[in-house]
Amino acid sequence: MSENIEVNFRLNGENVTIRTKANRRLLDVLRDDFHLTGTKEGCSIGECGACTVIVDRKAVTSCLMLIGSCEGRDVITIEGVSSPDRLNPVQRAILEHQAIQCGFCTPGFVMSATALLMENPNPTYEEIKVALSGNLCRCTGYKQIIDAIYDAAQQANRADPAEWDRNIIPDSGGRPLPWQPLNKPEVCELSGGNENEEQS
Amino acid sequence: MSSISQSVRKLDHLAKASGAAKYVEDIVLDDMLYGKIVRSTVAHGKIRSIRLPDMPEGYSAVTAADIPGVNNVHIVQDDHPVFSGGEVNYIGEAILMIVGPDKRQVAKFARATEVEYDLLETCFDPKKSDTTFYEYGYEEGDWREAFAEADEVIDEEIFSAHQEHAYMEVQGLIGDYRNGKLTVRGSMQCPFYVHMAVTAVMGMKPEDVNVIADETGGGFGGKEDYPSILGSQVGVASYKVGKPVKCVFDRREDITCTSKRHPAFMRYRIAIKDGKMTAVDADILYDGGGYTTLSMVVLQRGLIGALGIYKFPSYRVHGKAVKTHTVPNGAFRGFGGPQTFFAMELMMNHAARKLGKDPLELRKEYCAKQGDMSPTHGVYHFDIPIPAMLDQLAEASDYHRKVKAYRNQTGRYRRGIGVSSVYHGCGFTGAGERDLIKGVFKLHKRADDTVEILAAAVDMGQGVKTTFRKIAANVLGLPEDRVIIVNPDTARVPNSGPTVASRSIMVVGKLIERAAKRLKAEWKPGEDQLITEKYVHPDFMIPWDLATFSGDPYPDSSWSTNIVEVEVDTMLGLTKILNAWGCYDVGTVIDENIVIGQMEGGLLQSLGHGGIELINYDQSGRIRNNSLSDYIVPTALDVPSLHVMFHKSEYFNGPFGAKAAGELPNVGGSASYIGALECALETDLYQTPFSTEDTMELLEGRRNG
Repeated sequence: MSENIEVNFRLNGENVTIRTKANRRLLDVLRDDFHLTGTKEGCSIGECGACTVIVDRKAVTSCLMLIGSCEGRDVITIEGVSSPDRLNPVQRAILEHQAIQCGFCTPGFVMSATALLMENPNPTYEEIKVALSGNLCRCTGYKQIIDAIYDAAQQANRADPAEWDRNIIPDSGGRPLPWQPLNKPEVCELSGGNENEEQS
Repeated sequence: MSSISQSVRKLDHLAKASGAAKYVEDIVLDDMLYGKIVRSTVAHGKIRSIRLPDMPEGYSAVTAADIPGVNNVHIVQDDHPVFSGGEVNYIGEAILMIVGPDKRQVAKFARATEVEYDLLETCFDPKKSDTTFYEYGYEEGDWREAFAEADEVIDEEIFSAHQEHAYMEVQGLIGDYRNGKLTVRGSMQCPFYVHMAVTAVMGMKPEDVNVIADETGGGFGGKEDYPSILGSQVGVASYKVGKPVKCVFDRREDITCTSKRHPAFMRYRIAIKDGKMTAVDADILYDGGGYTTLSMVVLQRGLIGALGIYKFPSYRVHGKAVKTHTVPNGAFRGFGGPQTFFAMELMMNHAARKLGKDPLELRKEYCAKQGDMSPTHGVYHFDIPIPAMLDQLAEASDYHRKVKAYRNQTGRYRRGIGVSSVYHGCGFTGAGERDLIKGVFKLHKRADDTVEILAAAVDMGQGVKTTFRKIAANVLGLPEDRVIIVNPDTARVPNSGPTVASRSIMVVGKLIERAAKRLKAEWKPGEDQLITEKYVHPDFMIPWDLATFSGDPYPDSSWSTNIVEVEVDTMLGLTKILNAWGCYDVGTVIDENIVIGQMEGGLLQSLGHGGIELINYDQSGRIRNNSLSDYIVPTALDVPSLHVMFHKSEYFNGPFGAKAAGELPNVGGSASYIGALECALETDLYQTPFSTEDTMELLEGRRNG
């Protein structure tokens, strides 16, 4: 298990290869090796959903998945569905409904909701609740989040069905991405220091 | 709706929704090492020996001997050690920190460190504690006589249990000591609390210590006092190894060793004479845990609210916080208030049943009025809108019809409806704002005519950055993007006080409003201008005196009424919350969506404490359920239909008329939930949470209430 192995998988629309120990968690590989820190660790035991990513179109808690089992898989993280200057419909709806407070759980919710809408473009309120039940949020009371996802689905359903999937996942079919998700400048500042926080 | 109430997009939403926001775990500094704390495995003991594992070069152990200043963390008193000086008082108390470059190795060496103890006598039952941390009381009228003359006395003990904050981001800080200066940064509510504590622990000059609050993933009070302890630990560690040291807890560690809501045993007696409640006698006991930390002020707030919103002819309130060998309890949204309000609200339900009255109507009957003397011999200076708010909720929830319909149910599924009416005193308790905090605020207009808000308030999700910016932009008549606010850094911002006590909008926001008005009057285009405003204590207040526990503890209160409707499955003991209504008076609502989010989230937390959230200790004083699969917080599936509404008012001394908001929804939710259970099960209950197991025991006749 602790031997280095080579793993080839698809990450946010790009083919990537990594040599690493097979027993490392996907969460750690994403955060430490690929610097995709939008995927958060909240509990380490698959209970809180903060580390949710999409693997082969299903929502998965990346703290429970080992990198050794990612060979040939299609992994999408929060950075793969958005960049600070372009958001997917789920994120836009979350913003519009102000369904974010501390924000720590938000990437996980976005990924769970995105996976839901990929599978079921027209979910009921109850189906949304079930799909989000693996994601804990201690701030909002969930109502604004559920409302936002419902709204995102309604709006997406009004759009042209051919465009719909592309809006939800920018690159689900190997098409070139309209932006580079991995190296966009961050909109928030790190230090509370000298630069101003701006909203684009 | 006032124009300031109209929602705007929150300042930090884009970064948070896109995953770009950096929390402490996402920050990596050059040469940074990782720290893992070795913690006490016994609840009370003297450390006999410590045996470290063999560690390669680059790994070291940081202990109390490495502390350059004092080994006490300043919170209210200075009794919590940075690292144990020899005695440990709870399971999870820090003994030393292993520091090194590889996170997994560090954790391995921490696990391999062997500590031997001489065990000392433990106390886990606050009723048997021989150490009283704090004790206060107050009374009015001849309550003894009232009890002597009473036709009937209701005498009950109400219990409110621990509650875990369960913020989604665990505690974590980075210490970075270099060139004689120390920076502590990470997840926290109160940068200047950390600054003050760390300065003393390091024995450094205040100007050489810098504290930065990064994005903070939820606080709810849990990051009020604890970062002062962790900040001291990473500060000492970085000082010893000469490199930045990051220490981020894992969830089990976080639940094991960080503060909780105080468990409270509350004995209430109510004297009834000729169908009237004539006196109340309340004896309150708060379990402080192993060290004093914030118990002093938590107890004060609890006692101030012990009679709820009601007026009684005579009363006595007495309470103390005592030591047990458990994790120190501290601040949790509501800060001691939810416990006593819970007890008083349950007593109102029980009194209503005794008197044959409706619980909602009884609350209206005994509610204090503007101009009345408050329990602590202050004055209710402003309107108390509770009766109108109760009527509003009764109508919205169809309360009066339902409460009749839910009598004498016999089927498997039984419904109930419960009510609560409470307040939350705005801002610091007593004379804290005037004597301790003395908030200072600065507004900096730059030469390019942008304006920066300089305040110490931390945005931990409550939206304070957005709200502050709205206040300043609205007064100045500037577009919001011309007003700048970033995360606080003690080297750059004045001490406008901690982010606690629901004080940020009302107290600091008022300073912003005043500064912005001044800046507008003195505006010089193209010039650099700095406006400083200092806290001014409202002159209408009757001065608070802690020795006699009297005066106005708060300038004003925010008011809340809740109605909760449940359905109990009497075969399985399961309770489903069908609806929860909350009506809130927070003065002017500054940003409707933000405040609705606060109210819904706070109400759900309180409902969680009513039914499912319970910390479970074993006989050795160890928390058994220290994970999120065993400590259950509400999920999306547990959310009832939440109905939040507002009662309109304006507080003249708050910005745009705003009062306190953040903690209010956490005060009355559990009481209305338990009230609904009482209604469904047609019995009196005496505790929160009341779990599924408790319901089964009750239904099977194995317990009373």
